[in-house]
Amino acid sequence: MSINVSFTLNGEAVSAHVASRTLLVEMIREHLGRTGTHVGCDTSQCGACVIHVNGRSVKSCTMLAAQADGAEIVTIEGVAKNGQLHPMQEAFREHHGLQCGFCTPGMIMSALDLVKQNPDPSEKEIREWLEGNLCRCTGYHNIVRAIKAGADSMRVG
Amino acid sequence: MTENGFGAAVRRKEDYRFITGRGQFVDDINRPHQLYAQIIRSPIAHGKINKVDVDAAIAMSGVVAVFTGADMAADGVGGIPCGWGITSKDGSPMVEPGHPPLAAECVRYVGDQVAVVLAETLAIARDAAELVDVDYAELPSVANLESASADGAPLVWDDAKGNVCFDWEIGDKSATDAAFASADQVVTIDIVNNRLIANAMEPRAAIGDYDAGKDEYTLYTTSQNPHVIRMLMGAFVLSIPEHKLRVIAPDVGGGFGSKICHYAEEAIVTWASRKVNRPVKWTADRSESFISDAHGRDHVSHAELAMSKDGDFLGLRVSTRANLGAYLSTFGPAVPTILYATLLAGSYKTPAIHAEVKAMFTHTVPVDSYRGAGRPEASYLLERLVDKAAKQTGIDPIELRRRNFIQPEDFPYQTPVALEYDTGDYDAAMVKAIELADYANFDKRREESAARGKLRGVGISTYIEACGIAPSNVAGALGARAGLYEVGTVRVNPTGSVTVLTGSHSHGQGHETTFAQLVVEELGVDFDNIDIVHGDTGKVPFGMGTYGSRSAAVGGVALMNALEKIRTKAKKIAAHLLEASEDDIEFKDGQLSVAGTDRSVAFGDVAMAAYVPHNYPLETLEPGLEETAFYDPKNFTFPAGCHICEVEVDPDTGVVEVVRFTAGDDFGRIINPMIVDGQVHGGVTQGIGQALYEQCVYDDSGQLLTGSMMDYCLPKADNVPNFAVTTNVTPCTHNVLGVKGCGEAGAIGSPPAVINAVLNALSDYNVDDLQMPATPERVWQAMQGNG
Amino acid sequence: MYEFNYHRPTSLDEARKILGDNDEAKLLAGGMTLLPTMKMRLASPSDLVDLSNIEGLADIIDSGDAIEVGAMVCHAEVAASDVVRAAIPALSDLANSIGDAQVRNRGTIGGSVANSDPAADYPAAVLGLNAVVKTDRREISADDYFKALFETALEPGEIVISVRFARPKRAAYSKFPNPASRYAIVGVMVAETTEGIRVAVTGAAGCAYRATAMEDALSKDFSAGALEGIAVDAADLLSDLHASAEYRAHLVGVMARRAVRQLIA
Repeated sequence: MSINVSFTLNGEAVSAHVASRTLLVEMIREHLGRTGTHVGCDTSQCGACVIHVNGRSVKSCTMLAAQADGAEIVTIEGVAKNGQLHPMQEAFREHHGLQCGFCTPGMIMSALDLVKQNPDPSEKEIREWLEGNLCRCTGYHNIVRAIKAGADSMRVG
Repeated sequence: MTENGFGAAVRRKEDYRFITGRGQFVDDINRPHQLYAQIIRSPIAHGKINKVDVDAAIAMSGVVAVFTGADMAADGVGGIPCGWGITSKDGSPMVEPGHPPLAAECVRYVGDQVAVVLAETLAIARDAAELVDVDYAELPSVANLESASADGAPLVWDDAKGNVCFDWEIGDKSATDAAFASADQVVTIDIVNNRLIANAMEPRAAIGDYDAGKDEYTLYTTSQNPHVIRMLMGAFVLSIPEHKLRVIAPDVGGGFGSKICHYAEEAIVTWASRKVNRPVKWTADRSESFISDAHGRDHVSHAELAMSKDGDFLGLRVSTRANLGAYLSTFGPAVPTILYATLLAGSYKTPAIHAEVKAMFTHTVPVDSYRGAGRPEASYLLERLVDKAAKQTGIDPIELRRRNFIQPEDFPYQTPVALEYDTGDYDAAMVKAIELADYANFDKRREESAARGKLRGVGISTYIEACGIAPSNVAGALGARAGLYEVGTVRVNPTGSVTVLTGSHSHGQGHETTFAQLVVEELGVDFDNIDIVHGDTGKVPFGMGTYGSRSAAVGGVALMNALEKIRTKAKKIAAHLLEASEDDIEFKDGQLSVAGTDRSVAFGDVAMAAYVPHNYPLETLEPGLEETAFYDPKNFTFPAGCHICEVEVDPDTGVVEVVRFTAGDDFGRIINPMIVDGQVHGGVTQGIGQALYEQCVYDDSGQLLTGSMMDYCLPKADNVPNFAVTTNVTPCTHNVLGVKGCGEAGAIGSPPAVINAVLNALSDYNVDDLQMPATPERVWQAMQGNG
Repeated sequence: MYEFNYHRPTSLDEARKILGDNDEAKLLAGGMTLLPTMKMRLASPSDLVDLSNIEGLADIIDSGDAIEVGAMVCHAEVAASDVVRAAIPALSDLANSIGDAQVRNRGTIGGSVANSDPAADYPAAVLGLNAVVKTDRREISADDYFKALFETALEPGEIVISVRFARPKRAAYSKFPNPASRYAIVGVMVAETTEGIRVAVTGAAGCAYRATAMEDALSKDFSAGALEGIAVDAADLLSDLHASAEYRAHLVGVMARRAVRQLIA
């Protein structure tokens, strides 16, 4: 069965005709060509595929494209605005919160959801929040620092 | 310090594309009209292939082809080669079985490749793969070292009797025996170095793209060393000459050794692309990675340390069995030999050492490098043994180490196991770590933990490693079948910007930044006007790639040598432009000036003159400003250091939490401290993973039980603390940068520090030994006396 | 994943009709278990009936002596709900311990309860708090609901509508997570309800169960000490890579005592 799926992607109305078994991440990567969202596992552990659906962070590898019909979706490509990096992106660069860069989009999208719910997270809260985002390079030390700094600069505005 | 030059914590050039989702990993690449490959893999550990029936799969709409091992064999496709040859004690060469990319006669591990389906979509390829009917005659198998070593064990290869690939030794046996004969005391230990799976966050992927018009192949692959893949696959597997084969390793999402080896899938997609005359793309899903990426470690060892009554180390005797898996992977035989047993001297003046290593075949995934590759196994064995010796002798573990350290005045120091250490100051690094760790106040923290019902322990390790692999003649003597130099090209563009082509490959290490810092330092070119190109055999002349913490110590030095050639030529051009003698030209901060005068020319103008040679010494100098250097190091480099770990153990459950971790490392001179600290954080976390969480487990029938991230436990953010990191610098004596390498140290020093800390925490429980990973149940059982 | 027909009905009647017409149809709630299972090709439903567009399944209703959590309420909403926090803080804590943040944003109570994974957390709450599982055709008491590994009292085609939790006098949940998956190796809910003490265990056995010996002991003496010496029989418990039955039996005691201590503290 193939179906038509439409949603808003980073503020732009998009749609595609996909097989019903198409995962949301497959539609975003393969049909819509936004490859910033990555797939690092097949059991919903790694978090490389985290995006925002209707304002909440979700694992786009564990959602059907069909389930996103009519939703508002933001991926890593939609975080910087008008060529200006988001403070959270700046913080990852400033604090060396990435090495190979593969987990980074999911980390940033996850961090943005955390800060939305908890504008001033403690180090412990950040580490606990990240249980759904794996990184093999950084040992998390600098990711945690980056998220703290990103949250700080988002509060200041 | 020059801004953005050597030693500055420059923010990374490469970050912008990654934080905005514009990195380009292999799976992000799509070629026009590409097909999708799904590999059919063996579901059993050992079996004869009676028949592969592909008819139903080929009949499915959207399927373009199905290929088997017989198809590849009929095309004359060769086996995947091994990069190292090891010779046994008795002089016989290692048993080196064939390794066809698709198995045609027999499968030898769960995951072994049997056939490939090519289809218009990945979903169709997967549907069709289920229709490929492989008839196996299942055979008995051996899933681990113990069962492979048993009398009458089923054989992985008929010509490897007892499943032994080689039985190798190093060191002086009789001198070691004599040391034990004269010893006052002996400490023994039995050590398991647990099998691990690298799990780089990016799964492996490969795209083969054959251009029939030019009869040329392009392979996009997740590799740490694209030139090595071109060499191995082109020459040995597919017989494609280098000029017709381009290998591109674009952004690669972590390697940790698992992306060094040449893998079957690379050859399959490249070969298949020509067969169907369309690009062929394969991307592993994580479940597939678990059963097809090379695994790491997997040693079982017995070791004995002979000591005088005062605790002086007199002799070390080690016997190790190492699991190589079912086939020999690219570096497989080197890991438990050259990269392991040569490090058994550690940082100590043990005068006599003898080690024997029996490498075994099993019906499991091939075993190869994983961060540290051999060196973590050596350091874990030694540092557990030394701690056990401290306990047995009653000598403080720090004091015992200090008493036996090779002293600064002993360098260069020839170990009894082949290596010559050039420099180091082990006590200085240890003192720094002890201070940073606030070791003196540990007892206070232990009391505070006890008040909360937790058992606190502290553990130390002092490691050494050999990096910057390798001097080619030494590597060759040790069995390497290729040289291990590195290549750098510096292309100064006409307007003065610089393009560097390096044979090193960055998959997280940040070479685009650190190598640019070297250019800033040497040529004074603005940081933003420098580009580092890597990972493409079509652009970079040659290279051996990135592993063994070799990029700065070998690739960086090759770049420095090329930069020196640029400086020399630039001075010649400037001398002409300024009508001065070449010997009088000074090159500093991007300006070439005549010493003692105010006459100077900017480097950019020299570059322009080189390419627009209207006023140029054409009779003595050719136009252009581009230089290449091949650099082969004189020796390995020897990073060393001290790691100190504090843990809390929950006595009710056995849960271990790492609450403090301190690293004091000597990496030689440091190009970018921010990046170096990051490498330590990541390495230590992988080491903590090995010590507490990670373990690859096969059942007796050779099925992988830890085949997903649901069961193979990678450390998460809440499993590790913030790290305290410091360095002590003794510059490497034999390279111009004075660098040693930092990529693996974290994973080498940390596991023994963690386990020593856990045992220290359990000191009231009479637990002598604890194998990794120290899972909650294992710790709890040990506390119940069931260790 | 095998191909299937996707449906997103807007009413229960419509959902029932699709289920009735297709023997191999499955309900899709948050999909946190079903979709990974389908990705591994371990399930092959002919049709998926997505419940997300049906009105009235995603509310949290406070009726004074009880709260009713709609089947499609996700774990993050339960964890963040002021109503839940005020009535049964242990339920908020439990919801907040499930999976990870992204799983909690999608996974639902209805999906968890219907699936009855032996290592899921919600079964401990349902059983420990003596909840009532409300379906499109009846109400099932917790004690009648969990049958065996992945087996509940639900009949084919029966749709969970909500779970009703009577307000306990006090309750606490203590969990020992699997270090890799963060599912419960052992989770214990200890509750003092209007009908007495209940101790429910998840993770340890094929499905959630009540530890009646512990309930009896706590009824006489509500203290962690009262649980000392109560043997948990390992013979009935699961054993895997991460925890042997013996270790799980030990953890049941530890987690139960911790839950009791939380309540006394």
